[in-house]
Amino acid sequence: MPSLKDLKNRIGSVKNTRKITKAMQMVSAAKLRRAQDAAEAARPYAERMTAVMAGLAASVGTSNNAPRLLAGSGADKVHLMVIMTSERGLCGGFNTTIVRLARAKVAELTAAGKTVKILTVGKKGREQMRREYGHLFVGHVDLTEVKRVGYANARDIARDVVARFDAGECDVVTLYYNRFQSVISQIPTAQQVIPAKFEGAAPVAASYDYEPTEDQILADLLPRAVATQVFTALLENAASEQGARMSAMDNATRNAGDMINKMTIVYNRSRQAAITKELIEIISGAEAL
Amino acid sequence: MAGTLQFDLVSPERRLASMAAVEVQIPGAEGDLTAMEGHAPVLVGLRPGILRASGAQGASAYVVTGGFAEISASGVSVLAEMAVPLAEATAEMVDKLLAEAAKAPADAAGKDAADKTLADLTALKAALAAH
Repeated sequence: MPSLKDLKNRIGSVKNTRKITKAMQMVSAAKLRRAQDAAEAARPYAERMTAVMAGLAASVGTSNNAPRLLAGSGADKVHLMVIMTSERGLCGGFNTTIVRLARAKVAELTAAGKTVKILTVGKKGREQMRREYGHLFVGHVDLTEVKRVGYANARDIARDVVARFDAGECDVVTLYYNRFQSVISQIPTAQQVIPAKFEGAAPVAASYDYEPTEDQILADLLPRAVATQVFTALLENAASEQGARMSAMDNATRNAGDMINKMTIVYNRSRQAAITKELIEIISGAEAL
Repeated sequence: MAGTLQFDLVSPERRLASMAAVEVQIPGAEGDLTAMEGHAPVLVGLRPGILRASGAQGASAYVVTGGFAEISASGVSVLAEMAVPLAEATAEMVDKLLAEAAKAPADAAGKDAADKTLADLTALKAALAAH
């Protein structure tokens, strides 16, 4: 049985924890709104880009001399997985769900005899993957210093990925991130970026004129399309992270509240017991006289 | 009054304009061009420059760098890597881009392209100063 003083200290410490989690929840709520706005603002660009790319893919994708970024390298041997996680913890199952999906995929690909390479973005996922798959790591992107992910970050990652693809280091590139659905639900998603894949309705293949030339436009456009997809994934991930942290901190705050209530009851009861005991001692002492 | 076409200007980080325009002047990679209603479908690479659109709500101008413009039957979509309204653009921004462009390692094949970007940016800076 803990002493009264111990109980009191413990209640105090849980109260402090509750204050911290409450504050973190509010900070996340504000950041979530900003992240959602950013994701919202980036949507028109991504949509237009996908539409244009889908049109292009429909018109040139089937020919033999289609660009490699669009058609792939012709092989399916080496898979590069870009695993995007957060830089900070305390966000519930956010990182674990991505890592779980990625792990399952690594096991599946390895079983199928493919080579897997892993590029991590965000240190939390790297830490979780290191023990089991550390030998597959080919690189890491550190965004610790980045307050708000910008297009420049996405472009750098995309450049790295495209350079690896061009150098023949990988045949298929897939992004792993959490798609933001709501504050309580984020969906771990795998999205293949190279060779390019377009989902949705069949696009209208308009026959465009190109200026300067088709090749030059495509050479410029395709890396940009990869960057756009990386950017979208980063933004979705950022929004998901804040959403996950917000609900995790909400739970933590509520749990702390429950704990305080329970401990307060125990505290009051033992205080009452102590008082009663003292009274009994006094009374029986008086009666003995 | 000439017919209008739908004009959208988007950068990765936000949508800058979406309106019905009469004409849109685009700084194409190989020279400026103006898109009006009924233009043939074209995909044009952009060079750093000033993009102007005029419509019923008046004219607007933007500084754009990189990206491309898609002219189709349904309108003009400009997807710029970076775009800011002309009023907000400053010489410092262009200087930063210039410094970045000068730093970029240029191999033999990319030398022409890199030189062109530098020249375009310098021209853009001059245009901004004159503005």
